[in-house]
Amino acid sequence: MLEIKGLKVKLEDEDKQILKGLDLTVETGKVHAIMGPNGSGKSTLSYVLSGKDGYEVTDGSALLEGDDLLDMDPEERAALGLFLAFQYPVEIPGVGNMTFLRTAVNAQRKARGQEELSAGDFLKEVRAKAKDLKIDADMLKRPVNVGFSGGEKKRNEILQMAMLTPKMCILDETDSGLDVDAMKLVAEGVNALRSEGRSFLVITHYQRLLDHIKPDVVHIMADGKIVKTGGPELALEVENNGYADILAEVS
Amino acid sequence: MAIAKLKSDATEARLAGVTLPEGAAWAQAARADALTRLRAMGLPSKRDEYWKYTDPSDLTAVTAPKAALFDAQEAPLFGDTDRLEIVFVDGVFDADASDALAGEGIEIMRLSDAMAADIHWAKELYGVLETRGQTPVERPLAVLNTALATDGIVIHATGKVSKPVHISYLHADETSDAILHNLVKVDAGAEITLLETGPGAARFSSCLEVDIADTGAFHHVRTQGRDHERRTVTHCFARVGAESTFKSFTMTVNGVMTRNECVLDIIGDDAIAHVAGVCVGDGKDFHHDDTVFITHDALNGESRQVFKKVLRNGATGVFQGKILVKADAQKTDGYQISQSLLLDEDAQFLAKPELEIYADDVACSHGSTSGAIDETALFYLRSRGVPMNVARNLLTLSFMAEALDEIADPALAEELRDRLEGWLARHS
Ligand SMILES: Nc1ncnc2c1ncn2[C@@H]1O[C@H](COP(=O)(O)OP(=O)(O)OP(=O)(O)O)[C@@H](O)[C@H]1O
Ligand SMILES: [Mg+2]
Repeated sequence: MLEIKGLKVKLEDEDKQILKGLDLTVETGKVHAIMGPNGSGKSTLSYVLSGKDGYEVTDGSALLEGDDLLDMDPEERAALGLFLAFQYPVEIPGVGNMTFLRTAVNAQRKARGQEELSAGDFLKEVRAKAKDLKIDADMLKRPVNVGFSGGEKKRNEILQMAMLTPKMCILDETDSGLDVDAMKLVAEGVNALRSEGRSFLVITHYQRLLDHIKPDVVHIMADGKIVKTGGPELALEVENNGYADILAEVS
Repeated sequence: MAIAKLKSDATEARLAGVTLPEGAAWAQAARADALTRLRAMGLPSKRDEYWKYTDPSDLTAVTAPKAALFDAQEAPLFGDTDRLEIVFVDGVFDADASDALAGEGIEIMRLSDAMAADIHWAKELYGVLETRGQTPVERPLAVLNTALATDGIVIHATGKVSKPVHISYLHADETSDAILHNLVKVDAGAEITLLETGPGAARFSSCLEVDIADTGAFHHVRTQGRDHERRTVTHCFARVGAESTFKSFTMTVNGVMTRNECVLDIIGDDAIAHVAGVCVGDGKDFHHDDTVFITHDALNGESRQVFKKVLRNGATGVFQGKILVKADAQKTDGYQISQSLLLDEDAQFLAKPELEIYADDVACSHGSTSGAIDETALFYLRSRGVPMNVARNLLTLSFMAEALDEIADPALAEELRDRLEGWLARHS
C-alpha cells in the first residue's frame, strides 16, 4: 500500500534535516504503529506524506499503491485515498462542520469521477457515524473544531475518516488528550474501518491505544529514521523500559 | 489662504450652471440653505484629514467621469422576495417598471412630489439630520446632495410594514450623474425593511435620512453593483430613539470609487444601532471606503460596526470608524471591528479606528486587522480533498461570515452569500 524508501526531508526555510533516510513499507490491510521519542520526526513524516508546505524532500520516494505521492497536491493525495488524522486538528471559524464534511466528501467523489452524494444521503450517513462516535448534532453545526475540547477534536478527525473512507489512514497521536471512554470510542471507530483493502499507520506514545487497535507491526523511530521494527511486543517493551535500551542497542 | 481659495474655486466650478430643482417654498429654502452651507465649507479635497485615504476628486469633478455599462448576466437580487418594487434609471424614476407607491403600514411617494407639496412631513426631515451630521466633522458631499437631489423616495412607516421596499438603481447611460435623496420616518412601534440594489449611474450620490421614533425598527440591506467604472458616494444619517433598532448592511462589488458614510445618533435609552458591510474588489482601480461615526448620547445603547473587505491585485480598502460616547451615555456597549483579507501582496487596507469616551461606565472595544488566507486552515481543507480554489473561497467566505451574520433575515443573507461565492469563483 505505502512504500517509503530512503526519504530525506529538510525544512524549506532552515538548514535543518528532519528525516534522514527513512524506509517504511505498510502492506495492504495491515496496521503498523510508529513509536519514538519527542522530536524524532513522526509528525513531519505524516505532513510530508500528506503534502504540507514548508518541507523539502532532498532524497527518496513515497509511493501509494505505486503512485508517486511526493509530486502531488494535497487534494490529489486525499482523492487517491490518503488520510491524516492531525495531531493538532485545525480550527476554522466561519466554516460549519457539516459544510466542511460535505464539501470534502463531494470533492473527493468528484475527483474520482463519482456522483456527488445527495443532501439526504449525506445527512443520513453523517448522523449515523457521528452517533457511533458520540458526536452530537450541536458539534456538527458548529464551525470546524472551534470551541471543541481536545478529545472532541480527535473524535471529529475519526468522523472525517469514517466519512471519507480512505485506503491509507495515518493517525498522529489520535489518543493524546482522550479520556478512557473516548479512547475506546476512537479505537472502535478505527477497528470498524479495518478491512482487507485498508491500511493504517498509527503514531502513538502509548501502549494503551494499541491494546484496543492491535497492530501487526511496530516501528521505532529515532532521529529521522526507523531504527527498529518488530511485533506488538516491541510496544510493550517501550511502555515498560522507555527508549534508552532500544536506542543503545541500535547505535 | 491658498487652500481656501482652491476649495472655493472648485466648489464654484462644480456649482456653475446648476439650477436647483423646483419645489414648494419650504423645499426651496432647504436647498438654498444647503447651498449656503456648501459654499461656506467648500467641497472636500484630498488635503482634508477626513479624505486622507480617499481622493474625492472624481466625486467633486464638474462632470461625472464616464463609466462603461456592465451586463451582469445574472438574475436581479431579491427577485424572490415579495416586495414593493421601485426603479430609478440613471437617477430618473421609471414609473412603468415600478409598483404603485402604496402599501400596508406605509405612506410612500417620490421625493419630488413631496417637495412640491406646500405641507408635508418631509419638511421636518429633509436636510435636517444631514445638517446635524455636519458636526463635529463636515460632510460637504452630503450637503451638495441636499442642495441638488432631483428625486428619491420618502417613506413614512406607521405600522409593521409587511413587504420590504426595494429601490433598484439601474445604470444605462455611460455619462449619467445622478443625485438622489431618500427619507424614512419610522413611527413608534413601526418596522420597515428597505432594500437598495444597483450601481445607480456612472456617478451616483445617494443620501438617506432615517428618523426612528422610540420602539421603531429600521432594517436596511443594500448592494452596490458590479459596474467596474462606477463612482459612488452615499451618506446615511440616522436618529435612533429609545428602545429602537437600526440595522444597516452593505455589500459592495467592484466599482472604482465607493465612499459610504454612515452617521448614527443614538438619542434614546436602550437603543440598538448596527452597521456592517462587506466588499470584494479586484484590481488597482478598486477603491472602497467605509466611514462611520456613531454617537452615543443615551443610556444603555448598543452599537456594532462590522466591516470585512476582500482585496485582490492592488485593490484598496479604507475604514474610518468612530465611536463617540458622551458623558451621560452610561452602560454603552460599543463594538467595532474592521478587517481585511489581502489575497495578494499589493492589495492594501488603511484603517483608522477611533474611540472617544466621556462616560466612565461603558464597554467599548475595537479591533482592526489585515491578513492573508490562513495557510494552516488551507492545508487542512486540502488534506481532506478540497481543491485549492474551493478551499480558498470557502475560507474567504468564512472571513466575511461575521459581517453577513449582521443581516437579520437569513434568506437575504444567504442570497448575498451566494453572490459573493459567485464573485469569488469568477475572480480566483
Ligand atoms: N516547521 C518547523 N520549523 C522548525 N522546526 C520544525 C518544524 N517542523 C518540525 N520541526 C522540528 O523537527 C523535529 C521533528 O518534529 P516532529 O513534530 O516531526 O516530531 P514528532 O516526532 O512528531 O514529535 P512529538 O512526539 O513531540 O509529536 C523537531 O525537532 C521539531 O522541532
Ligand atoms: Mg508529533
